[in-house]
Amino acid sequence: MKRRGYEGVAVCAPISVPYRRYSVDSAHWWIGRALHALTQRTGLKPADIDGLSVSSFTLAPDTAVGLTQHLGLSPRWLDHVPMGGASGGVALRRAARAVQAGDADFVACVAADTNHVDSFRKTLSSFSRFAQDAVYPYGSGGPNASFALITRHYMNRTGATREDFGRICVAQRANAQRYDGALMQKSLTLDDYMRARAIADPIHLFDCVMPCAGAEAFLVCREEDAQAMKLPFVRVLSTIERHNAYQNDPIQFRGGWAQDRDDFWSMAGIAPGDVDFLQTYDDYPVIVMMQIEDLGFCAKGEAPVFVRDHSLTTDGDFPHNTSGGQLSVGQAGAAGGYLGMVEAIRQLTDEAGATTVPNARVGLVSGFGMINYDRGLASSAVLLARS
Amino acid sequence: MTEPLLRPRRKDPLRKTREPLLPQGLRSRTAHGLTAAAAEGRFMLQVCTDCGFTLYPPRDACPSCLSDRVPFHDVAPGGMVLAETTIRTSTDPYFRERMPWRIGTVTLDCGPSFVAHLHGDAAEGSRVTMTLRLDKSGNAVAIAMPDKPTSHQEDDVQLRELTCDPKFRRVLITDGRNATGQAMALAMAAAHASIVFVGIADAWKPFPGETDLRAIPCVEIVPLDITDTRSVADVAGEIAHRVDILVNTSEHHRAGGIMNRHGLTIAHEEMDIRYFGLLRLAQHFGPTMRARGADGVNAAAAFVNLLSVHALMNWPEYGAFSAAEAACLSASQALRAELRGGGVKVLNMFAGPLDTEWFQSVPPPKLSPAALAKATVDALRMGIEDSYVGDIAQDIRARLDVQPKALERELGG
Repeated sequence: MKRRGYEGVAVCAPISVPYRRYSVDSAHWWIGRALHALTQRTGLKPADIDGLSVSSFTLAPDTAVGLTQHLGLSPRWLDHVPMGGASGGVALRRAARAVQAGDADFVACVAADTNHVDSFRKTLSSFSRFAQDAVYPYGSGGPNASFALITRHYMNRTGATREDFGRICVAQRANAQRYDGALMQKSLTLDDYMRARAIADPIHLFDCVMPCAGAEAFLVCREEDAQAMKLPFVRVLSTIERHNAYQNDPIQFRGGWAQDRDDFWSMAGIAPGDVDFLQTYDDYPVIVMMQIEDLGFCAKGEAPVFVRDHSLTTDGDFPHNTSGGQLSVGQAGAAGGYLGMVEAIRQLTDEAGATTVPNARVGLVSGFGMINYDRGLASSAVLLARS
Repeated sequence: MTEPLLRPRRKDPLRKTREPLLPQGLRSRTAHGLTAAAAEGRFMLQVCTDCGFTLYPPRDACPSCLSDRVPFHDVAPGGMVLAETTIRTSTDPYFRERMPWRIGTVTLDCGPSFVAHLHGDAAEGSRVTMTLRLDKSGNAVAIAMPDKPTSHQEDDVQLRELTCDPKFRRVLITDGRNATGQAMALAMAAAHASIVFVGIADAWKPFPGETDLRAIPCVEIVPLDITDTRSVADVAGEIAHRVDILVNTSEHHRAGGIMNRHGLTIAHEEMDIRYFGLLRLAQHFGPTMRARGADGVNAAAAFVNLLSVHALMNWPEYGAFSAAEAACLSASQALRAELRGGGVKVLNMFAGPLDTEWFQSVPPPKLSPAALAKATVDALRMGIEDSYVGDIAQDIRARLDVQPKALERELGG
């Protein structure tokens, strides 16, 4: 059956609450700040928000339901999207359908996490049953160790070098220097990258994101409502979502995007060459390379050549992670899954300021999340276009 | 090849003894199927009864056909290291002080990919043999071993965290008057234990094998009578901080059932030597061992009980004896929980009748003390916690698995 498009849906009001390395505040506080900023930005009152989508790892013992009472909201449509880096795309596509169907008028999508001293260790050790049984007892290296194995295998198979990964990190740092919200703005050269200390070979310091606290949010509503509120908005051209793709691959070499990309591009009616910027989920640069390949920007195994041949900065020929990505902005838990989405909305509504990609009309936001055992399970992607 | 272990120097008494930390010990209930396999030194994974799919990590449904019939089976342990990494930073306090640490993705011949510890000689791209071991928390982990034995492979630092190898460790054998104690001393010396303390009660009384025992170079005789709390306390006061492996070789084998014996004299002796003896040793040596679980190359490693396999199911011909052994087994489970905080293992060696004068009238097969001693060294080297030595013990283990009630009737004759 042919998939229905997202006609009439508007995505607007990009909100980023400035990140902090550590926060003594709770996830509730961060979500509250994001929603407060959203109401300020849109003019909506809390009572007008009749749809809420929440992504957070640190809300415990509360759930999204408990959060409604905490924040005094009374939504008629409530969603919890615990999908880490894939949350942004998944929250958006669900909210878009709810709005399209009339189940909700104004869906506030929010992702936030706090970061207390020591909360990262606690998150790692109890992240999943497989993590508890089959990952954490093996050196407790966290995602660094898991992605080290994936990176090592990718290097063996494709000939990618550390310099290739370094190009991605260095370009993102250059972008971050134009984005005030980035926690890491100190200039980074390829030399700095290469000389950094090893974390879990071949992963070195600048391949890793820094856990932090923060919040991101956006609003999904009908186009006529966005226009009535005089909110610049973007349209949704297509979306995909997949979990546990290619489960028989002995180690992760591709993600769910590869399985769904034909559907993705045909729904949008455009081709990779029509995309003006790409926001990938960059928990590690090897995953950026997989997204570039699996979404169709180059053939499998050729991302190392691709990043050598292209400039990935906001003023380059392939603008990528234009606010600096998590590698430079920081990884605020589940908000990391919203970072690219919120930045893409800013780009396509002329709110990106110094990171603006000139004349951008179409952006791709890709998500990846939840390393349950040995690989990331969730993938999502969204094509957004200027209205 | 592995860098051979260096004999540890004498410890500086002014230095702080490193407190034992443990790797995270939380596991799902299903994952303890691996713990059960590791406890006996087997390599078992879940295999779907309905479709034959071999799965890992442990699950409660088959990811191939959704069946819930996914019991653990022995599977082929061969595989290949597809990718490796050396972890250099960890959020976990136990691993943090043991960095760097190598792990790898091993593709098993039987199907699944297994992220495992890597032995130093198990390199990326090479064939490996997977083994399940008990880590310091007492839970199963897999370490990929080189396909073929390499020189000094037992000295690998990551492997040695998982084993209780007697090499360069100091062993206390609690009773050297009997054949088992003497065979154990010889086996520990051959396994490169640095000191073998051997307890002898009433040393003025000569005993068979004494000359040979005293001739073993690393043996030090200590005056130990485990039926005397004072004696145990005195010896512990002298040497507990230097006992890395304790092997309780005290024995008291007497035939006779429950009703067919007259009076409680023998039963008292059985309980005093075996059960209360174990308690005395545990109370006086246990706390020091637990505190020394991370004390370098010769950290405290294991408390070894030599138990009759009839601790698991009573043998009426030796009925009261079996009951005393069962008491020891039960106590060993508590002791295991208590010593786990220090990463110190309790190894139970289950044996059938020994080939000694106390089982003179019992027909073969019987176990020689030397075979029991060798099996104990092997078990320590593997780091397992339950070993069934010899034909009788393995037979009873197998029959218990199949039908305990049948075993009870059959042992009753």
